[in-house]
Amino acid sequence: MKQRLRITYGVTGPLRYVSHLDQMQVWERTARRACIPLAYSAGFNPRPQMQIAAALPVGFAAEAEWLDVWLVEPLHPQAACDALRQVVPAGLPVVCVEEVALDEPPLQTRVCAAHYAVSVANPLPAADVEQRVAALLAADTLPRARRGRAYDLRPLIEQLSVTDASPERVVLEMRLAARPSATGRPEEVLSALGLADSFFAVTRKALFVEACP
Amino acid sequence: MTISPEKLEHILLTVTKPGRYVGGEYNAVHKNWDATPTRVCLAFPDVYELGMSNLGLAILYDVLNRLDDVLAERAYAPWPDMAAAMRANDLPLYSLESFRPLADFDLLGFSLPYEILYTNLLEMLDLAGLPLHSARRNARHPLIIAGGHATFNPEPVARFVDAFVIGDGEEAIVDVVRAVQRTQGAGRATQLAALAHIPGVYVPSLYTVSYNSDWTVKQVSAQNDAPLPIRRRIVATLPPPPTRQLVPNISTAHDRGVIEIQRGCIRGCRFCHAGVVTRPMRERPIAEVLDAAERILAQTGYHELALLSLSSSDYTHIDALVEALMERYADRHVSVALPSLRIDSFSVAMADALSRGRHSSFTFAPEAGTERLRHAINKDIPTAEVLNVARQVFQRGWRTVKLYFMIGLPGEEPADLAAIADLVAAVRAEGRQVHGRKVQVNVSLSTFVPKPHTPFQWAALPPIETIREKQDFLRRRLRGGGLKVSWNDPHMTLVEAFLSRGDRRLGAVVQRAWELGARFDAWDEQFDSAHWSAAFNDVMLNTGPFYFAHRQRPQAEILPWDHIDVGVSRAFLWRQWELGQQAQARPDCRTQCAGCGILTAFGDLWTPEWVCPPAP
Repeated sequence: MKQRLRITYGVTGPLRYVSHLDQMQVWERTARRACIPLAYSAGFNPRPQMQIAAALPVGFAAEAEWLDVWLVEPLHPQAACDALRQVVPAGLPVVCVEEVALDEPPLQTRVCAAHYAVSVANPLPAADVEQRVAALLAADTLPRARRGRAYDLRPLIEQLSVTDASPERVVLEMRLAARPSATGRPEEVLSALGLADSFFAVTRKALFVEACP
Repeated sequence: MTISPEKLEHILLTVTKPGRYVGGEYNAVHKNWDATPTRVCLAFPDVYELGMSNLGLAILYDVLNRLDDVLAERAYAPWPDMAAAMRANDLPLYSLESFRPLADFDLLGFSLPYEILYTNLLEMLDLAGLPLHSARRNARHPLIIAGGHATFNPEPVARFVDAFVIGDGEEAIVDVVRAVQRTQGAGRATQLAALAHIPGVYVPSLYTVSYNSDWTVKQVSAQNDAPLPIRRRIVATLPPPPTRQLVPNISTAHDRGVIEIQRGCIRGCRFCHAGVVTRPMRERPIAEVLDAAERILAQTGYHELALLSLSSSDYTHIDALVEALMERYADRHVSVALPSLRIDSFSVAMADALSRGRHSSFTFAPEAGTERLRHAINKDIPTAEVLNVARQVFQRGWRTVKLYFMIGLPGEEPADLAAIADLVAAVRAEGRQVHGRKVQVNVSLSTFVPKPHTPFQWAALPPIETIREKQDFLRRRLRGGGLKVSWNDPHMTLVEAFLSRGDRRLGAVVQRAWELGARFDAWDEQFDSAHWSAAFNDVMLNTGPFYFAHRQRPQAEILPWDHIDVGVSRAFLWRQWELGQQAQARPDCRTQCAGCGILTAFGDLWTPEWVCPPAP
């Protein structure tokens, strides 16, 4: 293993409907087309060594996801970026590629929060939505159940605000906790706001990691 | 006009696997709609994951998109949940490249590789908002053409399709497009008349079928000067394989790069439809295969490559090819799959080399339990050789083998079924001896379906109850740890059987079954035999499926597909049928030309890449 590169990428269009396992397959093929010298695991069924920071739910768009790939030969990050951009499928824009230390802890263990923009179609009047947001933020607890498990949504909401409103849609931006044991979901927030029955589109705009120790 | 993206977005997250319906595959071709005069949509009437793995459609997509004045896009059959959502939201069936309704195209080309998806053809036409019957469509509608292995008996779907391309499509599809362009604006009748004169094209509306009082076909006559019989189209030399292969974003049935290394087969198994309708065997030169491999890997990023043919072991330079591929790709994390291997030591050694130590499972297909029955079907492998090969497979490290057998073959006796169980037991014993513990043996018992244009085209499908008795007998005999047995639903087999050898009148049954809800009939969870029995009741009370499926047909009977000439003579097929009844095998085409008729039909196209001897 000679190098570890971090790819920052977006997910749009058709790639939104691809599960994160299938997205990994898409990335392996993209990297192979770009002649990126991927490191493979040993054994009878070698797998490329890649890690994503956080699985993206099917249907979500994204602006800055992270993927770490390990290479057997060092490559200039900009050269890797240029090569990938030539061969990505539609809906997988490469934002940038940087080199990271080989011994940096895996991203999955460090992701702590995610920033979402949620566009809700045909909502209530904007003032009404604002009011509900204020009420929700004022609550001490928001007991909810998901897949039969009770949990409190309130501590998972770090930020929540209405950033855009028109007669056709309202855009909510939210920063939600994203730790393995405590993950806030945008659709749960919408549901708590009484907006989940409208059609909505989610974009994960950024992921946040805790600083390396 | 493209379909409404909002409407589509609204339903995508309500259906299973939305990735099937959004396109975006790497290497998909997006041409300028307005600047391209002729627009073709290639349609596959089964689910996306299967359609994406269909080589025929991939070839035509490549051929058509190479033409500057033509664009080719794709559509697959939406799963029932998506079909329901589309209907509820007034969303017509659309193409995955430009998201245009299928009705906006000039030509829809359906691939029909197997009969049991006929109801999905109707479902797709209906979702596209098109009249189902050719007679009800006119020049305002796209022309509906179809090709693929099921269309060598086009009659059961003749009323729905404007023109069939019978045989190799690479050159014929271009002729069809050119004819459509030449007759633009001239009306549908003129267009169809022009198509009928393209070699290999069958326009069913230009032929009339009359029937005897016993239901058999009396005569097929051509209107005006349409050709009769309609001879299959072949390419003299295999055109270069497509290398910019579509790379799906979601996993599909055969998610890998593919190269067809040869077309046709020298073996002449008497049950095999593909082995007749793809004659003569034409090999692709090894240099071309290697060149394609390099391009495919570079252009797709696939890490698996499959070399496709009906019998890989029979490719003349297979060992050199495998060696060259191993040499090039062993260090590049590329695996090479070689399906359809014969049962011999040479094939085992080759598969072992390709596996590079990863011995997942080894498949072989003795098809029948006894040597006598294997002679009858012309798959002439001694039992001792099957066991010898099984031992080698285990010795080389495999612990799982798959064995394929057919039940209900013509001439099958109870002893042949018992012999299947004995052979399976003997294979397991070989495994235990080699590995000192239990091995996994998976046994597939498919039911033989007589197919048109094969030596067994005259044979009867056994009654459903008999099939079930055979299955029950073997299931009782094949029990034990490390033994898994799979079999077909006999009712599904029956549907496949009557659709395979049906005539034009059966189209009404297909349509009625679709109206009653038949869709995705090859899928266990979707198949409902009640749709079909009700359909027969509604439109064909007097015959039922018996007439088409369970009746042994006499030599003199005109078969519903006799006017389709695949180039293999009826006399040859009948002789093979007789030899089968006498349990006599014959040598393969390379050892001795059997005079099947191919050289009489196509001898003027002969090239040294054919296995056939030069025509006299």
